[in-house]
Amino acid sequence: MTTINLTMALVLAVLYSVGFYLLMQRSLMRILLGTVILGHASNLLLQVAGGPPGRAPMLGEARPEDMTDPLPQAMALTAIVITFALTTFLLALAYRSWSLLGDDEVRDDVEDRRIQRLERQLAESEEDAEEEFGKEATQ
Amino acid sequence: MTVLVALPVLLPLAAAGLSLALGRFADVQRVLGLVVLGAIIADAFALLYIADTQGPVVLQMGGWPAPFGITLVADRLSALLLVVSSVVTFAVLIYSVGQRITDYGRERSSTTFHPMYLMLCAGVSLAYLSGDLFNLFVAFEIMLSSSYVLITRRTTSSRIRAGMTYVIVSLASSLLFITMIALVYASTGTVNLADLGQRVAELPDGLQNALALLVVIVFGVKAAMVPLHFWLPDSYPTAPAPVTAVFAGLLTKVGIYALIRTQTLVFSHDESWNLMLFLSLITMIVGALGALAQNDLNRLLSFLLVSHIGYMLFGLGVYDVVGLTGVILYVVHHITVQATLFLVSGLVTRHTGTVALTRMGGLARAAPMIAVLFALPALSLAGVPPFSGFVAKLALLQSGVGAGTWTAYLVTGVLVVTSLLTVYAMARVWTRAFWGQIKAPEEDPDPTDELVVGTGTSNRTMVIATGVLAAASVVIALVAGPLADVSGRAAEDLMHGETYRTAVLGGETGG
Repeated sequence: MTTINLTMALVLAVLYSVGFYLLMQRSLMRILLGTVILGHASNLLLQVAGGPPGRAPMLGEARPEDMTDPLPQAMALTAIVITFALTTFLLALAYRSWSLLGDDEVRDDVEDRRIQRLERQLAESEEDAEEEFGKEATQ
Repeated sequence: MTVLVALPVLLPLAAAGLSLALGRFADVQRVLGLVVLGAIIADAFALLYIADTQGPVVLQMGGWPAPFGITLVADRLSALLLVVSSVVTFAVLIYSVGQRITDYGRERSSTTFHPMYLMLCAGVSLAYLSGDLFNLFVAFEIMLSSSYVLITRRTTSSRIRAGMTYVIVSLASSLLFITMIALVYASTGTVNLADLGQRVAELPDGLQNALALLVVIVFGVKAAMVPLHFWLPDSYPTAPAPVTAVFAGLLTKVGIYALIRTQTLVFSHDESWNLMLFLSLITMIVGALGALAQNDLNRLLSFLLVSHIGYMLFGLGVYDVVGLTGVILYVVHHITVQATLFLVSGLVTRHTGTVALTRMGGLARAAPMIAVLFALPALSLAGVPPFSGFVAKLALLQSGVGAGTWTAYLVTGVLVVTSLLTVYAMARVWTRAFWGQIKAPEEDPDPTDELVVGTGTSNRTMVIATGVLAAASVVIALVAGPLADVSGRAAEDLMHGETYRTAVLGGETGG
């Protein structure tokens, strides 16, 4: 059972909360920053999962019990490459959205927009009805 | 012989690179894609035969012994799903080639579609075959990255909107996936699935449950399990028909596969798993009711997809051999049927120029072939005998009745009701789109609702490809006996992980 460094735990907590907060924003740029930060958070967590740091593995210079666990490092390396590729893709998507729509906001889905329109129509017809009712009352 | 396990991943990856390099030669690209996917079908059948007669085929990549290296495993479940997936990807590629030739002419090549499609196939195969959690993550990423490109290709503003939702949700779940891997590694010190099964059992109960729940959330997003399904009906419908077909057929099912694999091999549950039963219940209901509210054909099919994900979760929730047999049969049936339905929907929308059911009509007279092609998978999805859906649903119902707990009875009842709702939704599509007056394509009154997509002609290749998949659904019903036997043996393997563990780790199991 490895014990976790308190500083690391705090850094991870901050990174995860900042990342998820940004992910829930409307602007794609902020979401992008959110994924970058979340990516860092999860890679750091992978490192922490590997236990305390030690001597370099694989070189045959240290005894096995003094070595750092190489597996989480290999995994983090792969994860970094993947998050990097996806970040560039999101950047391209944000640019495309900006050039097509003039902004990089994540839109409401079709269903939501349909419901909003219905709601507007309903509100308008109610207003009309109230106006007519008001006219009748004054007459 | 073990090299057979690597081929479904290596062949499409290599072909994707080659296809990108040959971007100028349209015909070569097409032939290359079809040959490679055809070879994978043969390979998958061989793997299924070997896995069924001689036990799981295991390949330790680079000679590193498990649990340290990367392991590829083809057991009965993986091989069976690989067979179905490869047949579907092959048929969809034929359809897509046909569609591209009618739309852009034979000379026009594509620099992105073929390479990305092959990458997608490689990712799907790797997900079925990978024997460790991190490799599963890499497989998901290969699959998802290519799906991001496929869903946002030829960007229009609606595709950008839909693509964004899809990419962001998938990215968030992928980042949770890495987090889950880190936590699993921190508590057990391994990511090998076979090894994890033993190590996780030694952990305290609370920690086991927390990890199992995190896994359910990560794969639940990929599988579009309610309440994590909202991205699916929003993003799938805007993509071109072949892309939607392969996404709907395969991507969610890979999530289900990952869920089955981890929850049987790594975590173990009580006799019936009430949380999963509850999730399956709301998934079935929300999906079916969502489908009834839709006017857009593709969105309706997407909601039905969500609803039927609930069926697969149900079998997993019952958590015995009969239940898992039902799930495996259902996954096999659903991959083919859902892909066929989206391909037919592609034919329908090209014919009518709209996805709105209210603006369709009289298709049964105007295009009888499309009507037949729609009727077959629709009846199968609804579970009408003698189609594959009936066989799969019967197996699930049997498991639900056999489980003997009141939660299982309740969800079984809901399953029957949902089947009826599926029939109702399909009947609505049938009466609105296929019966009634033939309507001519009209002007778009409201461009923002994304209902009018424009007409196109369909050539014979597209119809034949759809027909082949529709026929596959009938074939599944014809070979239901042997298929159910194989599924039963696969479920047996899943419930008792020893076969898998011995095959991966060698003789040192049980220690």
